[in-house]
Amino acid sequence: MRNAFADELTKLGDADDRVVMLSGDIGNRLFDKFKDAHPKRFFNCGVAEANMIGVGAGMAMSGFRPVAYTITPFVTTRCLEQIRVDVCYHNVPVTIVAVGAGLAYAGLGPTHHACEDISLLRSLPNMSVVCPGDAWEVRAALRAALKQDGPVYIRMGKKGEPVVHSEIPADFQIGRALTVREGTDAVLLSTGNMLPETLIAADLLAEKGISSAVISFHTVKPLDEACLKAAFAKYKLVATVEEHSLIGGFGAAVAEWLADNHMPTAKLERFATPDDFFRKSGEQEYAREQLGLSAHQIADRISSKLTS
Amino acid sequence: MGKPMSNSEPNSAELKKYAAKLRGQVITLSHQAKTAHLGSSLSCADIVAAAYWHVLNIDPSNPSDPDRDRFILSKGHAATTLYAILAARGFFPEELLDTYTKDGGKLAEHPPANGLPGVEAATGSLGHGLPIGAGMALSAKMRDQTYRVYCLLSDGECNEGSVWEAAMFSAAQKLDNLCVIVDYNKWQATARSNETLALAPLREKWQAFGWDAYEVDGHDVADLAKRMAVMPNGSGKPVAFIAHTVKGKGVSFMEDDNNWHYRAPTAEELHAAFVELGLK
Repeated sequence: MRNAFADELTKLGDADDRVVMLSGDIGNRLFDKFKDAHPKRFFNCGVAEANMIGVGAGMAMSGFRPVAYTITPFVTTRCLEQIRVDVCYHNVPVTIVAVGAGLAYAGLGPTHHACEDISLLRSLPNMSVVCPGDAWEVRAALRAALKQDGPVYIRMGKKGEPVVHSEIPADFQIGRALTVREGTDAVLLSTGNMLPETLIAADLLAEKGISSAVISFHTVKPLDEACLKAAFAKYKLVATVEEHSLIGGFGAAVAEWLADNHMPTAKLERFATPDDFFRKSGEQEYAREQLGLSAHQIADRISSKLTS
Repeated sequence: MGKPMSNSEPNSAELKKYAAKLRGQVITLSHQAKTAHLGSSLSCADIVAAAYWHVLNIDPSNPSDPDRDRFILSKGHAATTLYAILAARGFFPEELLDTYTKDGGKLAEHPPANGLPGVEAATGSLGHGLPIGAGMALSAKMRDQTYRVYCLLSDGECNEGSVWEAAMFSAAQKLDNLCVIVDYNKWQATARSNETLALAPLREKWQAFGWDAYEVDGHDVADLAKRMAVMPNGSGKPVAFIAHTVKGKGVSFMEDDNNWHYRAPTAEELHAAFVELGLK
């Protein structure tokens, strides 16, 4: 996802001279092409994220379209008040792009994990929260974000994840979920970098005779309510899948939506991280396995719920 | 464009009159609305009067002119000073001041992001104005625009780490179109600022952070006007004025008494203040 972001940003920077890149001293060589093409529109803001967000807001107030980028916790929770006041309260077009969301950087330890960011950022007025499912969705999300006149948060995984789409989804829109696999029994709503894992879970369910649709629910705010309405009407089970805490994340947003629409929650199954820090060493795959987010665990839980 | 007088010598007598009127309005607003932060609003009155009556390239009838100078009241708790000067300069009618803090109004106790003309950034949470101002100053550089950005900070505000992040960033980017004025009134909300965190030596701190930093008399309105108008000043650096001020300045019984961070004046005190300011 990371390389797709840098490449797409360079192209968007070619097309729009309002696009400015702010880096929190991260991405060694990642932005070389952007810097070569637009040396006056790249700023390494140092390890000073609060200032970076404020500078971004000041630039947006002056007519630019800044993109502020660093590792997820540092560009979200570290500078949350600047996002809230400088960006969201003023409702200015700053795009915040985070790398290493969820457990993507599991091996770096809990300081670098990010399982609370969706919860915090989606509670901020004016903020859109977009969690692309693969590198193509990253490109599409960045294109869409830079067309918005307000704040957008783009939550990416790391580099080298499996690619799901074969090109930029032509019908990508912020707030409109994308169906990536049809099915009849259950629907798996995946947000962010869990999309490839969720597709494997659907394969495993198919082996058990359960037909599952998979939807890339890339936008957590605003929620695609039409998609949710159709999903709960059509399927016996609706699963939400995310690398984020059960508290306040995508599954929580769906649960709130059900409650606000006075709909039963019995069909909803939430796959998310627990209310805890993941304290062991180990990479993302290991962390997912420990937390019940591996494809086979998702498939087993869904199949046992459907057959119980 | 409404560049008042900055190429000319500041008119000291006139500026003093404007500053006294500003103080009178600020005290009246605090009395009417029974709001806090009067001492902080008075300590920066001369700085604000110098900026708006002499320094800033602004046209109140065209508040979103892309080439205007920007003034950010980073110490947003001195909102009454900003509201009163904006009204005096004609950004909005003076009658609007009567709606200060009233239900349904636009003039909250801290400057809002609700389209009130002349308010460049919503402030109130300390340490936000300077990063935003740095972004505006950098934007001017990127587009070869000549506007300047002025940020008024409080000394207590310099407790915030984001101020120093922005200070280092602005120096690295050589933002010689960015000017900070620290209203150094020696108090923060509940204690002496130098006894709270080790603020002193403040000018040397800004200098060490890469700024062209000066200590000035924050109540010599003509001197402030003259110095603040020289931006960029040729140093190639952002400029910081450490303005020595007195909290509650202008009213003897409020001066350097930190109770006026929270107290609002009674009718009798309002009258006494007006007499002292030569407004009655």
